[in-house]
Amino acid sequence: MARPLINVPAKVKRGQVFEIKTLISHIMEPGFRFTTTGDKIPRDIVTTFSCSYNGEEIFRADLYPAISANPFFDFFTVATESGTLDFKWVGDNGFSETASAKIVVE
Amino acid sequence: MGETRPGATRRAVMLGGLAGSLAATIRLEPALATPERMRAAIRNVVGEASIRKGRVDLEVPPLVENGNTVSLAVSVDSPMTATDYVKAIHVFNEKNPQPNVISVHLGPRAGRAKFSTRFRLADSQIVTAIAEMSDGTFWSASADVIVTLAACVEGI
Repeated sequence: MARPLINVPAKVKRGQVFEIKTLISHIMEPGFRFTTTGDKIPRDIVTTFSCSYNGEEIFRADLYPAISANPFFDFFTVATESGTLDFKWVGDNGFSETASAKIVVE
Repeated sequence: MGETRPGATRRAVMLGGLAGSLAATIRLEPALATPERMRAAIRNVVGEASIRKGRVDLEVPPLVENGNTVSLAVSVDSPMTATDYVKAIHVFNEKNPQPNVISVHLGPRAGRAKFSTRFRLADSQIVTAIAEMSDGTFWSASADVIVTLAACVEGI
């Protein structure tokens, strides 16, 4: 349903700062809109996004309804060891999604 | 003559429908963010510490056609070492239904104090980014944005 897209370089040099891009499909309904019949559309957003590198958190974001649909993040980290980048999205109505990417440090 | 009547009726129905949707659109939440509420939200994060201008670069387009997706990039001038780094970056707005946009938590492992995302703007307004440093100081930058199509409160 909510398929995440992850973009990380396959190989990086030790000590290099590299860029991570993520996108997840989610409506991010802000909870301030009404239907034409006057009913309030309840809030349904992703509230937290986090990324950890070999188990250690390197980036975390608290999202508010002001974040656009299909939240996109672009951030950086330093290459330390080869391993895994784990991504996690948590939201309203029990929404939870994870993704991971392998990184090779030379 | 009989053929024009259904046309008139259709027009009347369409106008009625338009009026109905407009009425639905202008029903707003009573509590909209205001410059005061933004200041309160900032105080909530910053506490009593003073906020200085500078070191933060906030990139938002000055003119936005569609407030539903506005690119936002914040970078902070910091060496990002184990002893001197950016702890968090908070973004606030004045006129959306809520004053908060996003809070990002970083650390020395980030390497570069920069992130970008996309956000919504309900009106032309001032957007403010505040960086919290590891030494406890706060730095800020603001940008004026003009929005032609508002987000957040439109009816569907």
